[in-house]
Amino acid sequence: MTLVTGGVYALLATGFSLIFGNARVINLAHTGFFMLAAYLLWYFMRQLGLDTVWAIVITVPAVTLVGILAFRFLINPIREHLAAVLLMTVALAMAFEELMTNLFTSHYHLLPNLIPGYTEIFGVRVINQYLLTLGIVVVVIVIVWLILAKTKLGIALRATAQDAEIANLMGISVPRTLMITMGIATALAAVAAVVVAPLWTIYPGMWTQPLVMVMVVVVLGGLGSVKGSIIGAFIIAFVEQSVITLMPSYTYLSTVFAILAMVIVLIVRPGGLFGVLFEEERL
Amino acid sequence: MLRRLFKDFRFSVLPVPGRLIAIIFFVALLIFPLITDKSSHLYILTLSSLLVIFAVSWDLLSGYSGQVNFGHALFFGVAAYTTALLYKYLGWQPWATIPIGALVATGIGVVTCFPALRLRGPYLSLLTMAFPLMLLGVVMAFKDFTGGEFGIPGLPEIAATRLGEYYICLLVMTVSVLIMWKLTDAGSKYIRTGLIFHAIREDEIAARASGINTIRYKILAFVIGGFFAGLAGALYVHVLGGTGISTLSMTMSFRAIIYVVFGGIVSIYGAVIGVYTLYTLIQLLGVGARNFIGQNQILIMAILVILILLFMPEGLGVWVRDKIERECPRCKLTNGFWRKECRACGASLH
Repeated sequence: MTLVTGGVYALLATGFSLIFGNARVINLAHTGFFMLAAYLLWYFMRQLGLDTVWAIVITVPAVTLVGILAFRFLINPIREHLAAVLLMTVALAMAFEELMTNLFTSHYHLLPNLIPGYTEIFGVRVINQYLLTLGIVVVVIVIVWLILAKTKLGIALRATAQDAEIANLMGISVPRTLMITMGIATALAAVAAVVVAPLWTIYPGMWTQPLVMVMVVVVLGGLGSVKGSIIGAFIIAFVEQSVITLMPSYTYLSTVFAILAMVIVLIVRPGGLFGVLFEEERL
Repeated sequence: MLRRLFKDFRFSVLPVPGRLIAIIFFVALLIFPLITDKSSHLYILTLSSLLVIFAVSWDLLSGYSGQVNFGHALFFGVAAYTTALLYKYLGWQPWATIPIGALVATGIGVVTCFPALRLRGPYLSLLTMAFPLMLLGVVMAFKDFTGGEFGIPGLPEIAATRLGEYYICLLVMTVSVLIMWKLTDAGSKYIRTGLIFHAIREDEIAARASGINTIRYKILAFVIGGFFAGLAGALYVHVLGGTGISTLSMTMSFRAIIYVVFGGIVSIYGAVIGVYTLYTLIQLLGVGARNFIGQNQILIMAILVILILLFMPEGLGVWVRDKIERECPRCKLTNGFWRKECRACGASLH
């Protein structure tokens, strides 16, 4: 369970971190896209009765498209105004929540496991869904890492993250790179939603709790660092799950302890574990 | 005395449309109960004046001094719970608990700024966001003491009637907003804080190099912001008649940000405009939740915010001000949009 939660946080946090690193946008609507994807998956599977694979194949690109469009038409025009961008993402997330409430009511929805049954590993019964989730998480993270490290696009992305102006001078189209980043980030959120939707309940307010945890993870790992996000995600998930397991009556404190871990790390290392310190911006 | 007031009005209010609008608006609020005495309308306006204090205090802390705080609900919620707990367990009356609540919030402001001051930019924002959520977890964990998700109901009202409440809150709001406006006024001759907050926001290292103890002023910003947010929170629970976990929630923190940025950050009037457009107007239009507006308040608010920001990224208030006021290029005096020449030095305004 720790690994599954950690994996989901890792997917979400990587996307959040990518956007922050490249566009310097704190995208509070990030988990809004996560919620949107979960709802779309539920809608396609339950209301339209589509096959699981088809539902996933439609959901992920659809949400990615929504993300890219939102960035192109809502965030990019006002990227110079930091406060306005921040508010724009909040408003987007709230609009998503209200839309979902209006369209699908605020009831809790459940999805069946994508694959049934369980496997025995070392004498412990593990539901196949967990294994599937973990598998997808690992594959997706490896793919993202490969894109970032090995392809031309990845080099462009990292160059933009380091210094957008110089990257622009070197012939990299910064707006296009940022749009691609946004696309990758939303796709990651959508994949996270797809793999975790059968395990969590789906309701319009499901974006706030992961948002908090994602921020905690990203700050813990260091803003703008993908490696930090992934490691931070598993640390936070471990803290959260151990609180739930050790003190079942104080489940509400799991968030508190996770945040406490973050605060301690921040006090010891103000830049997070693997933080990139943007020297020119710290003035 | 009267003649001086009249002179002030004649020469520094009438020629500046922004100030004129502010005074007309205040008078309109004063006589509002004459137009309608529906208690639901008064209730909405009472709550909005408290939200104005809350939003303006966020603007002071985050807009002026640049310490962008994502967890402003911490001060609000701490004051709310302090007043509620003092009444519930010690039976103290509102006139004693409200100042204590505000002071406790101030103290919390001092405590939180120690870890916060080590950080800058987004790290600071995300760290401050964490504090109210931690407290929320604690509140939920000790249900017997704090009432858990049901909060603490049954608090006394601050005045016998809705009308009394309305005027008390309006008065408190006016005084607080005026104080905060003076504190952040960079052109003031007597109070230096406004100028120093601006300096810290624009370039902290340069401010420190000019001999300003920036840490002290950042703490001061947290203290002032915390005090007024706490004041709003303490009054809020007494108007509402009870406290709940919503006073500590992330939504509450975001509300301050939404109102301020919508109206225009780093401008006190922006926060006021934001609250009265986004909260009061939408609530008044949707009283009773019977019509379309009443049922889709948050959706309408979100879409309104998105549209306004797309066309006026500086905020509604700043956009309007740029339309109706013109700054003299020579003597920096504000002029109305109808003038072709500066009213003091006669320089052309084009």
